Amino acid sequence: MQHDWIMGLLGGGLIGVAGALLLLINGRVMGASGIMGGLVDGSGRHDWAERVLFLVGLILVPGFFAVLLGDSQTHLTSNWLVIVAAGLLVGIGTRLANGCTSGHGVCGISRLSLRGIVATIIYIGAGGLTVIIFKHLLGAI
Amino acid sequence: MRGLVAFSVGALFGMGLLISGMTDTTKVQGWLDIFGNWDPTLAFVMGGAILPMALAWRVTNKRRPLLADTFPANPGTQLDKPLVTGSVLFGMGWGLAGLCPGPAIASLGFGGLGGVIFTLSMFGGMILAPALRQRLDQQTASV
Repeated sequence: MQHDWIMGLLGGGLIGVAGALLLLINGRVMGASGIMGGLVDGSGRHDWAERVLFLVGLILVPGFFAVLLGDSQTHLTSNWLVIVAAGLLVGIGTRLANGCTSGHGVCGISRLSLRGIVATIIYIGAGGLTVIIFKHLLGAI
Repeated sequence: MRGLVAFSVGALFGMGLLISGMTDTTKVQGWLDIFGNWDPTLAFVMGGAILPMALAWRVTNKRRPLLADTFPANPGTQLDKPLVTGSVLFGMGWGLAGLCPGPAIASLGFGGLGGVIFTLSMFGGMILAPALRQRLDQQTASV
């Protein structure tokens, strides 16, 4: 679609406002992998309720509108081996690196954090290489 | 009150991901696919998100958070092994499936069984990560 970039800018703006609110009100960095990782490995036990509420909002509200609008699809591959491998890699990688697209990408770059900038360059590079290898060379995805 | 903020922020974040198309794996893989039919949308999403965040970080120099005592500490500038290794692994998984943690959760309501399997596998990886980090740290220490 030719207006994808406008929706991208608009949606991105919402993401940025969300991150700004969490920072200025709760004093927290809006990193998706950090918020859920702290629940999964127990390191975020002291503020588990806030983490859970963040995730509940993140599941329910877009879920509601996606069902309402009826045309939202993830187009995720149906190859379960790829899904499981990708999930494991994303889980391990984001926790080792202490951040993902929201934490390092949005919150890190916006404060000119060297770690955030370097992490973002590396995961975009690794993602691009992976797509070249698995899509164009192997035809697996 | 902090909980209500967390819920609302999660909701806004999720709507941003949905509206921008980031819950659609073909758009994310399209951005990574520079030799295919390249899709620049993700750059606009990043730009749109970074602008309000950059303004927010500027405010943190002068004020305190409304419902907390301090802002998050600066993460420093150390580029260590876990940061590099982790980002490589994350990028590989991101490229393979076209999902990162935020959109994975945001699409649970409409992403079908595949999205659930991805999320459970991601949680599995998050449980394994601390042990792996320890091994990386030990390697670094012995070098």
